[in-house]
Amino acid sequence: MYSYNEFDTAFLAERNAQFRSQVERRIDGSLTEDEFRPLRLMNGLYLQLHAYMLRVAIPYGTLRSDQMRMLATIAEKWDKGYGHFTTRQNIQYNWPKLPDVPDILDALGSVQLHAIQTSGNTIRNVTADHFAGAAADEVADPRPIAELLRQWSTDHPEFQFLPRKFKFAVTGADADRAVIRAHDIGIQLVEKDGQRGVRVFVGGGLGRTPVIGKVIRDFLPEEDLLPYSEAIVATYNVLGRRDNKYKARIKITVNENGLETFKELTEKRFAELKPLFGGVDQKMLAEIRTMFAPPAFRNAPTHAYDAAREADPVFRAWADTNLAEHRQEGYAIVSISLKKHGETPGDATADQMRAMADLAETYAHDELRISHEQNVILPHVHKSDLPALHAALKDQGLATANIGLVSDIIACPGMDYCALATARSIPVAQEIANRFDELKLEHEIGPLKIKISGCINACGHHHVGHIGILGLDRAGVENYQITLGGDGTEDAAIGQRTGPGFAYDEITGAIETIIKTYLALRDSEDETYLAAYKRLGVAPFKAALYPEKANAA
Amino acid sequence: MARAFTPKVVTGNALLEGDVVYYTAQGTWTRNLAEAQVLSDQAAADLRLTEAASDQSLIVGAYLADMAPSDTGPEPTHFREEFRRTGPSNYFHGKQAEA
Ligand code: HEM
Ligand code: SF4
Repeated sequence: MYSYNEFDTAFLAERNAQFRSQVERRIDGSLTEDEFRPLRLMNGLYLQLHAYMLRVAIPYGTLRSDQMRMLATIAEKWDKGYGHFTTRQNIQYNWPKLPDVPDILDALGSVQLHAIQTSGNTIRNVTADHFAGAAADEVADPRPIAELLRQWSTDHPEFQFLPRKFKFAVTGADADRAVIRAHDIGIQLVEKDGQRGVRVFVGGGLGRTPVIGKVIRDFLPEEDLLPYSEAIVATYNVLGRRDNKYKARIKITVNENGLETFKELTEKRFAELKPLFGGVDQKMLAEIRTMFAPPAFRNAPTHAYDAAREADPVFRAWADTNLAEHRQEGYAIVSISLKKHGETPGDATADQMRAMADLAETYAHDELRISHEQNVILPHVHKSDLPALHAALKDQGLATANIGLVSDIIACPGMDYCALATARSIPVAQEIANRFDELKLEHEIGPLKIKISGCINACGHHHVGHIGILGLDRAGVENYQITLGGDGTEDAAIGQRTGPGFAYDEITGAIETIIKTYLALRDSEDETYLAAYKRLGVAPFKAALYPEKANAA
Repeated sequence: MARAFTPKVVTGNALLEGDVVYYTAQGTWTRNLAEAQVLSDQAAADLRLTEAASDQSLIVGAYLADMAPSDTGPEPTHFREEFRRTGPSNYFHGKQAEA
């Protein structure tokens, strides 16, 4: 895994010392809030509804056990004993106190973590496939590329004041588990005629105007990635609108200028930049790659796993939903659900974080991942260890067998925490999860992704939810709009609105109506909700949701 | 036509903890909405907001929030202010846990 060099360590120490002095000056009155606000945001510190919120980057979602333990310590010592994992592979602390934040940043620094560029109009935390380095279907591990992008973008002088926030996502597989088509730049590692390269998507994004990214280069030799990325961001920096913050994202720039013009300008800038890179980046990449070498896999029999599957139906149900195929014979990728029915999606307590860190150390080569779906992944577990791992997870309330099912809901913090929210998200997720747990329908329904945001900013990815829920404020009352048929994978699609929204106490019933409509209309048990939706279209779901209208028509 | 004035309180967040705070008739800050001063006309509200917002060493982001006066003090008229007064609804946290 990537390990800091002396430069990184010194840089972070100096940056934290700088912020410590800025906090002191805000508290003693030498800085006004207007002066201080941009400084705290540069260090990931927001002011939310009830308290400050600190956003910590988890680069491409990868953590070592000691880092996860430090996240637990911070939750316990300086927060209320838990943290919230987000769709951007960050962890957010909801209750830090201003005078403690410099100590928290130092604690993070001691395990090579930080909160730099987790806010502001700059290149944000680079996200990646949470199965990186482990997935059976992968062309190559995307993390060295993600780390290279991180090093290049961190404190890049030209890109500290972009027109708006800027997000990269990287995947090494055809199956898109990183939602790369909903990012400002999405990068897919590919191979063509034995040569390593990347496919580059540009101008995707959610928020107020959801757009699916477009291919700007179908194949780019890998060594051109940094100069090409720099050319794209530089072109956007020049062309991007600064007169209206809602039109300042690259998706608007690409749409307003046309992909062809945008590409032409990018290619022109690329031709100028390429010679300036001179191979230093490739040397860096080679060095970074050595740090992501696969762990020492062992060769061992797996009959303990087969026996447990045979003997224990609870274990089998968990294995069926929460395991994914590993590239290494005898190994599995384990998803730990942070979506226990009725709990807050994405939250983990300090004890749970520590338990997951210990389990990663014992069974998973010291590695953890945070998924954009707000779950935790142990990427490399030998199958013979799965029964013991499952038992240990059960003890911590972490063995919920629902990955990819109806209760594995993404929910942003919404009005329970977020100052921008127009409605709550979390309790809606809790109630839907509880409802389907009571109905005992979850496994029968099969794969289905529900995603909820508390306002149009779409932090909960509702546009790409198979069922998306958007919380709005209608005359001082919470109201929820539904979209159907969204998809965040390689078949990316933006969901279609069904019609008028539903009240807080009607929304769970509305979701139940949609799902029962699917169950009644599906071809067979093998036809997933999304496949059925694609076949049927929105009409039968609308008719079920708004029967008065259907009758009137 | 100007919209009819609705009663308000001055609110913001405490600088050190970030807690929701309200401005009292005495020009101090309280964490208890019942103790907040209800402002019943526009001129008074604007004046109190200006005063309150200058308290930079104690608070951040002062603004006027709509309230309905009652026997037990101001009551939020919008769900956002209800959550600010109470705390998040997914945990027993914030003001509901401190009371
Ligand atoms: C609570 C503090 C947060 C604030 C103030 C905030 C603010 C915003 C804003 C203003 C946007 C729209 C940006 C634009 O389109 O120009 C946005 C988008 C987004 N945020 Fe958040 N957010 C917060 C928390 C989160 C959380 C908790 C997550 C993950 C659960 C998240 C992930 C995202 C994602 C994925 C998008 C949309 C992708 C895109 O940029 O197109 N944010 N956020
Ligand atoms: S979608 Fe809106 S409510 Fe939810 S976290 Fe983002 S900004 Fe806050």
